[in-house]
Amino acid sequence: MKVMPVGEDSLLVGLDTALEAQALHAELLRRLAAGTLPPVREIVPAAQTVLLYGVSGPEALAAELRRWTVPEPGPYSGPLVEIPVRYDGEDLREVAALWGVGPAEVARVHSGAEHRVAFCGFAPGFGYLTGMGERYHVPRRATPRTRVPAGSVALAGPYTGIYPRSSPGGWQLIGTTRARLWDMDREPAALLAPGTRVRFVPEETEDGCGGGARTAPASAPSVQGDA
Amino acid sequence: MSGAKLEIVRAGALTTIQDLGRFGHAALGVPRSGALDQPAHRLANRLVGNPDSAATLETTVNGVSVSATRTVTVAVTGAPAPVRVDGRPVAWAGAVRLPSGAVLEVGGATAGLRSYVAVSGGVAVAPVLGSRSTDLLSGLGPRPLANGDTLPVGEAPQVLPAAADIALWEAPPKELVLPVLLGPRDDWFTADGLRTLAAGRFSVSPNSNRIALRTEGPSLERAVLSELPSEGMVLGAIQVPPDGKPVVFLADCPTTGGYPVAGVVPQAHLAAAAQAVPGTPVRFVPVRRRRAR
Repeated sequence: MKVMPVGEDSLLVGLDTALEAQALHAELLRRLAAGTLPPVREIVPAAQTVLLYGVSGPEALAAELRRWTVPEPGPYSGPLVEIPVRYDGEDLREVAALWGVGPAEVARVHSGAEHRVAFCGFAPGFGYLTGMGERYHVPRRATPRTRVPAGSVALAGPYTGIYPRSSPGGWQLIGTTRARLWDMDREPAALLAPGTRVRFVPEETEDGCGGGARTAPASAPSVQGDA
Repeated sequence: MSGAKLEIVRAGALTTIQDLGRFGHAALGVPRSGALDQPAHRLANRLVGNPDSAATLETTVNGVSVSATRTVTVAVTGAPAPVRVDGRPVAWAGAVRLPSGAVLEVGGATAGLRSYVAVSGGVAVAPVLGSRSTDLLSGLGPRPLANGDTLPVGEAPQVLPAAADIALWEAPPKELVLPVLLGPRDDWFTADGLRTLAAGRFSVSPNSNRIALRTEGPSLERAVLSELPSEGMVLGAIQVPPDGKPVVFLADCPTTGGYPVAGVVPQAHLAAAAQAVPGTPVRFVPVRRRRAR
């Protein structure tokens, strides 16, 4: 664990692995709930770090953090969200080629895994989902798109992400969802938060790839995506 | 005495509604947002008897014109600008009575970029995640104002504002000097790169906005060339993208980022950064941490 001061009143805690970062984030939330953490304005988990923003007494907390033993993360117990996906993304064939499989197999593998929101960022409602084995990690596109449509399900590095609204983006698009990732008329507005477990449920596409399951997921919103 | 409305007669180049910001949701990717020049926002509110948390209007470069459907107290702070009520000059940085139907004109900034207009009772649009601020990065909160918009005004404060003969206000400086607390990723730059940060002649880029103050000038040399996994970002972070030119994060900055942060400008100095017009020389001054380790 490396504790780095950030500005006047913040700390960035660097960990060796994403799993350790998730464990530390869980431990921080546990201590926050138990009232044993000094006041912190925001706790922001990310790939291999946790940012403690606006800490009263950052030096004392930094010293304390170095003495912590963070328990191993238990089995994932976050809420489970099912997200319907049509595996019809523009980069589906390219991803299939990178994996050395056919496009239907991409849908099968991706929807067969249980994913977990490691952290959020980029835009409100955008989660970085882990859960794909290392052999399925893919690079970003060499040239980012100037516009990725809202609801695009995409891969980059170890992550799956879903664009909450249309924006520029460099991830490989494998599918689309009608789930609303961010909806101000809903409480909470964000469908995904750090720790949320996610299953992608394939929906029929015109060319039949994806096929099979047509579950109507109870926890996924049924409203049409915006754009 | 609620029910009053503020009508936007002339929206100006970019006028947004701002308060102290949307803190507490960064873990969901929600930027902090809020007034860029917080001392000016707070002063405007105090002059009209509002709490600091009341929403004000933040103008950009060429001011704004508004009228109200009942008599209110207004105050204009931040970037100095000519202020008129129905054509008559009135005080800048002072409490001004705006009679029902009269037009408050805030002219172009004579120095700095952003003026703040407070109205007694505050701009009372519905808050989004606890804040009324317009966030230009994520699109949360009210959109930038347009001519003809009408905005609800809150209940006028019961207590009269404290009388002030003069409000002391420093004019935006000719050179922007920003203290820097190095880290967390200063070790991603070479010693030369950090010397460039401390000694380089930078200037404010015209591409600066509410998200960041961008600089023109020399590039910082990197020691570590690999890609930085995304990590949490703070206000004032000096992020260095691949072109090597430092970018100072302001209120609408993203909550995570994938470029190394060489140092952080303490919050108290970000108001000056928000008022620095394009072309202003910028000097970064690394300062020692009280007890860094």
